[in-house]
Amino acid sequence: MKKTVMTVDDSRTMRDMVSFTLRGAGYEVVEAADGQQAMSAIATTKVDLVITDLNMPVMDGLTLIRRLRAIPAHRTLPILMLTTEADDGKKAEGRAAGATGWIVKPFNPDKLVSVVQKVCG
Amino acid sequence: MDDLSRFKQTYFDESAELLAVAEAGLLRLAPGEIDMDEVNAIFRAVHSIKGGGGAFGFSDLVAFAHEFETVMDGVRNAEIPVSTELVDTLIRANDVLSRLLAHADDGTEPPAGTTDDTIAALRRFLGKTGAAEETPAPPPATVHADDEDDEAGIFGDALAAIQAARDDQPPPVAGPVPGGKSPGDKVRWTIVFRPKAELLLSGNEPTYMLRALRRLGDAEVVCHLDRLPSLRDLDAELLYLSWTVTLLADPRVGRAQIDDVFEFVADDCDIRISAEALPPAIIPPAEPAPAAQPAPVRPPSVQPAANLPEPVVPPPPPVAPPAPVATSGSAKPGDGAKRANGGGTGGDHAGPTTHTIRVDLDKIDRLVNMVGEMVITQAMIAEHLRDLPPGQFQELLEGLEGLAQHTRELRENVMSIRAQPVSSVFSRMPRLVRECAAMTGKEVMLVTSGETTEVDKTVVENLVDPLTHMIRNSIDHGLEGPEERERVGKPRAGTVHLSAAHRSGRIVIEVTDDGRGINRAKVLSKAIEKGLVQPGSALSDEEIDNLIFLPGFSTVDQVSNLSGRGVGMDVVRRNISSLGGRIGVYSAPGEGSRFVLSLPLTLAVLDGMVISVGDERFVLPLTNIVESLRPKPADLHGLVNKCDVIMARGEYVRLVHLHRLFGIPKAIDDATKGLVVLVETEDGSRLGLVVDEVLGQQQVVIKSLEANFRRLDGVAAATILGDGRVALILDVAGLREMSRHGSANSGGASAPTIPSLAAPADRGGQRQRQTV
Repeated sequence: MKKTVMTVDDSRTMRDMVSFTLRGAGYEVVEAADGQQAMSAIATTKVDLVITDLNMPVMDGLTLIRRLRAIPAHRTLPILMLTTEADDGKKAEGRAAGATGWIVKPFNPDKLVSVVQKVCG
Repeated sequence: MDDLSRFKQTYFDESAELLAVAEAGLLRLAPGEIDMDEVNAIFRAVHSIKGGGGAFGFSDLVAFAHEFETVMDGVRNAEIPVSTELVDTLIRANDVLSRLLAHADDGTEPPAGTTDDTIAALRRFLGKTGAAEETPAPPPATVHADDEDDEAGIFGDALAAIQAARDDQPPPVAGPVPGGKSPGDKVRWTIVFRPKAELLLSGNEPTYMLRALRRLGDAEVVCHLDRLPSLRDLDAELLYLSWTVTLLADPRVGRAQIDDVFEFVADDCDIRISAEALPPAIIPPAEPAPAAQPAPVRPPSVQPAANLPEPVVPPPPPVAPPAPVATSGSAKPGDGAKRANGGGTGGDHAGPTTHTIRVDLDKIDRLVNMVGEMVITQAMIAEHLRDLPPGQFQELLEGLEGLAQHTRELRENVMSIRAQPVSSVFSRMPRLVRECAAMTGKEVMLVTSGETTEVDKTVVENLVDPLTHMIRNSIDHGLEGPEERERVGKPRAGTVHLSAAHRSGRIVIEVTDDGRGINRAKVLSKAIEKGLVQPGSALSDEEIDNLIFLPGFSTVDQVSNLSGRGVGMDVVRRNISSLGGRIGVYSAPGEGSRFVLSLPLTLAVLDGMVISVGDERFVLPLTNIVESLRPKPADLHGLVNKCDVIMARGEYVRLVHLHRLFGIPKAIDDATKGLVVLVETEDGSRLGLVVDEVLGQQQVVIKSLEANFRRLDGVAAATILGDGRVALILDVAGLREMSRHGSANSGGASAPTIPSLAAPADRGGQRQRQTV
């Protein structure tokens, strides 16, 4: 059964690249342009992994992570933060919010796939 | 990375939008009231450009975007105060970024030093603040950029070491080797993995980690149940298990690879890794074993060797240790349940819906073209059916009527796809005004209205240059300096009003300023000096105002940096008229000037009236037509040696004999025997066209005459009629222009006469407004 990954990013380029890479690796991918869209989409779509950017309009990535974690069904949903900020501060914030892991942009497609495999099998 | 290069175009498109967003935001950024949302939006825009740029390896661009972003970050965190100087620098940075993107798009290298000044300027703001000192003009940008090709960095600083180990990724070994005794060259790792109880709540799944370990070599996994509470006390979302893994791995498997497995959880777990190495080289560095949460039971006194704590379960699939209830419960609580009834991922179609799609412009143009052909075909059918005996084929005629209606609607809808709000042009103007104001030392306020007015994309795109020039012109020549304004009792800041509106099937754009108005004496003397006007000729105020559209005219003695860039209002006029538009100027001394542009909404199809002259057919744009009439002899008046006029609705209107103008034989010369079509130009001046017959109204597809033949005066374009004939679409203002010069020499000219457009005023037979 194909796993479904949701990519949340306000940059279309990024969404496209994540989608393309993961579809190539056999995942279903759904897209959302900000946290709000992700929240509403995830209410109707079963998702096995969320990859989210941090800095987005409307609802940022950290808020998204916290909101998702507040929903019982998503307490253990793997959430990766995909972000250009490599600094530990951001990682710590993400971790505190409940992120599963992080990927630093720009990502290498192989690396992305391997991290995705790592957290959602 | 080649795989991803296909997204470059998306990236460039998106970046262009982001740049526009950033620019608009920067222009609104001013000391005092700072809209944090705006600042964030700018930050995000730069951030996204940087992020995407990194993916494609545009390292210069990424490095520069990083500098830009760092400053924006400072602004965002209120570490850098917003000053005019800062905003100017940021705007410049935005420009530089735009240039870098353009170079990246072309695949060319930006000239060396493109970014130097701006980076220096940006860094100065960082240096100024104490807070920003901590993040001094940072090299991380280059780190990012370099990382791009280097897998190690991709995953962040913590994992910089992975790459080294990754190079010699061992082939995954399937299945554990029974007995597990090291065959000499293997390394035996012992990994004690005691996750925090909350591990699952971060979305991490120990199963996958154990599985990952197994991929590194032969692993024996032992699950410890010592912390497992009784079922009654068990919280299904917490993790009570811990594991000891004995991994027999190839020596090429480094410590880093094992660390990698626990990358996301290292801080939340008690992980001890040790190697019993046959080759002594690989002694694991002392693991700081974060005393994560005092383990309730005894801390596992696990030291290297192979003594395993009590419940030994040989090599089971790690996730299914003896207590199935506990494990399945704790491993995947909600998720598991959901998965069970969720059935399949089948329903996961589109994610969130968006209300716009992007379509290649070529596709739309093909569509427009096709609609055009369809309009012609429809006209053709109508033409043929016209010959049918009346009273018959009623259904067919009705059907045809429906087709005509639908064709029209289809055309309008397709055209509206190409339509864009003029705001995309208007939004560039605040920037321009700002720059001009700075350069001239004037205070200028820009007011815009009607930004949402939509017009064809091509028109919008071609508006940029003319508008830019007109606004520069208004500020440079029109507005007075603040002191002078105060002296004459005006507010210090001059106002430039830019407006757009739909008016009778055209879009009218006005640039109005409240400056000093056109200095007519100066304009006139300049025109005389340049030989554009005969000395001593008496010109009306309007005529003088319109002299500024003449080629080679410039009132400024010293070419200013602003308006005088070798292009004058004549170029503006040419640009506008090439779009089928016209420009006029209205000015009142001391009160200001108003430039009025009138443009067609679309460049593809128009509603026209087909008229005949001799054997020729012409099309008149419907928007120009006032009425058609058959004059009585008493209505006609000849002006000796000038032209004929007709009295229509209490007004004398000049008659233009099309057949004389175009040299068409066998046409009706006597207006009382033919028809006069009264037409009006955008500025309201009227003209009576003498034609043989008015054949009917029809949508026509505009085919460029210039592209297919060459430009002709008095002719806007060509079209194909229903019967397949080519007809010329008349340009009313052009006709007036021609008739003014051609009226003296009656009839004979064999080809369209080509009058010079440059001599406007010296034979004014009647009041003329020069509007081309």
